[in-house]
Amino acid sequence: MSLRIIVLAKQVPDTRNVGKDAMTAEGTVNRSALPAIFNPEDLNALEQALRLKDAHPGSTVTVLTMGPGRAAEIIREGLYRGADNGYLLTDRAFAGADTLATSYALATAIRKIGDYDLIVGGRQAIDGDTAQVGPQVAEKLGLPQVTYAEEVLNVDESARRITVKRHIDGGVETVEAPLPVVLTVNGSAAPCRPRNAKLVMKYKYALGKQERPAEVAHAELYEKRPYLNIQEWSVADVDGDLSQCGLAGSPTKVKAIQNIVFQAKESKTLSGSDADVEGLMVELLANHTIG
Amino acid sequence: MNNVFVYCELEGTTVADVSLELLTKGRKLANQLGCQLEAIVAGSGLEGVEKQILPYGVDKVHVFDAPGLFPYTSLPHASILINLFKEEKPQICLMGATVIGRDLGPRVSSALTSGLTADCTALEIGPHEDKRAGKTYENLLYQIRPAFGGNIVATIINPEHRPQMATVREGVMKKEILDANYQGEIIRHDVAKYVPETEYVVKVIDHHVEKAKHNLKGAPIVIAGGYGMGSKENFDMLYELAKELHGEVGASRAAVDAGFCEHDRQIGQTGVTVRPKLYIACGISGQIQHIAGMQDAGIIISVNSDPNAPINAIADYVINGTVEEVIPKMIKYYKKNSK
Repeated sequence: MSLRIIVLAKQVPDTRNVGKDAMTAEGTVNRSALPAIFNPEDLNALEQALRLKDAHPGSTVTVLTMGPGRAAEIIREGLYRGADNGYLLTDRAFAGADTLATSYALATAIRKIGDYDLIVGGRQAIDGDTAQVGPQVAEKLGLPQVTYAEEVLNVDESARRITVKRHIDGGVETVEAPLPVVLTVNGSAAPCRPRNAKLVMKYKYALGKQERPAEVAHAELYEKRPYLNIQEWSVADVDGDLSQCGLAGSPTKVKAIQNIVFQAKESKTLSGSDADVEGLMVELLANHTIG
Repeated sequence: MNNVFVYCELEGTTVADVSLELLTKGRKLANQLGCQLEAIVAGSGLEGVEKQILPYGVDKVHVFDAPGLFPYTSLPHASILINLFKEEKPQICLMGATVIGRDLGPRVSSALTSGLTADCTALEIGPHEDKRAGKTYENLLYQIRPAFGGNIVATIINPEHRPQMATVREGVMKKEILDANYQGEIIRHDVAKYVPETEYVVKVIDHHVEKAKHNLKGAPIVIAGGYGMGSKENFDMLYELAKELHGEVGASRAAVDAGFCEHDRQIGQTGVTVRPKLYIACGISGQIQHIAGMQDAGIIISVNSDPNAPINAIADYVINGTVEEVIPKMIKYYKKNSK
């Protein structure tokens, strides 16, 4: 038996490399100043999916993402590493979604894809660090979930059960769950394989509808080679309920955003000289801060 | 009805510290709202578990005791909360931002279409005016957390949906017994009524928890290193200083990511929160996520070659110098003056 695997992936601003121009003068985030990257833990998830594909010949890996037109990049990155196809959920109505509206949109798309044994995503995205979308997708699809996964140890095809090693607070756990199941993978799991040169050549010009210029070179090849067209889905394409999408479908609202300004307190500035350091240690000993 | 609920996490039959911290916070929120504080505890062999919970000022403890409920698996615990919340309609539900809380919370919030905010660093009660809809709300839970890689602090609210759910990391709130003899009601629920047999599909084959190797969280003195330490070898200086001062070594996320220090020593929003009486930050610039994990320290010393490092703004003492120069001197002059 082969496995049909869906990988959930997100394009995120690289919040780990925030420069001085990342914030505007008004104190809002300047998204254009941050490079957009493949969410790191989603790459760990992709690797787990690709390993299962290697171990179970005939398996397929489908990348599902949601975002603006440029997020088709995530699907290409998946294809370069061995995914078979992908879908980009893109619609203005999806904008402003909190985790609940996001998981609703992803769940409707997964239902539309229909056939799946395993849904796997990163534990959390670096722009929100919430770790909520995986479990919420599982709930919406009525599936069990295994979060904080470190490694898929085994898939028993006949029993349709999966064995997973996961991290828990202060330890490890091995769990066995029935398929289909939603898995979220830690950043400490195996890193993703690099791009495959052959696949890069094959999919380099794969484009989503929004990325494709009106006058694309060799337009006829996009007819002949359907894999060069990255599938885009709107709310209507996945039969989504508008009231559950985007801002409208988000129970959480942002009341206030505060740029970080620390409350400065009275501080003493010292140099690294012997006299200054000795003076400080003497002072700390005298007031019993250290003993 | 409409009370504040705290989900109490268990290891074996011991209630986790983070849950006791949230009970303490929950009691304060309940007082402010003029409602009751209720706790939920689910596991196996829970005779007398309420003795750990009631002293924090809990008015009602919901006990779910059945063989399949420990070790934790997502579906049965989620069913308990979902079905209990449908009956009890809490206005607020708090849980630890632990592996368990972050597995359970989203599942429950999805089923109840209520909002959930992860990893809050502060919780407050306040009003909200929605000018566009012309509506005002009283007594909402402000869920405050760093966002966007810590470059902003966001206040999140759930105006329309209940319960208002939030997770909080261990150590962020203070744990305080209200009254050792606090009297509350104990309700032992029939688990089968809340959890259908089909929910026990995920089997835990092996469950292994080790006692922590260090006591970073409770240490009165913490020596923390950042990316500015430059190398794993330079961290050895921090261990030496920590040994002299009887402290523990911590690290910023950047230092952990660079491989200078083990992950379990990470201090900050996504690591451990510490409140030592003395915090020595060595080569730490002071990203807000890091600050979130140590800002309540009594005295903060920053050793940094960059006089404009953000951490200097909250430091009591700023030593402008390189870590290689200053830390050996600290060790030397401590030894010299402490004898």
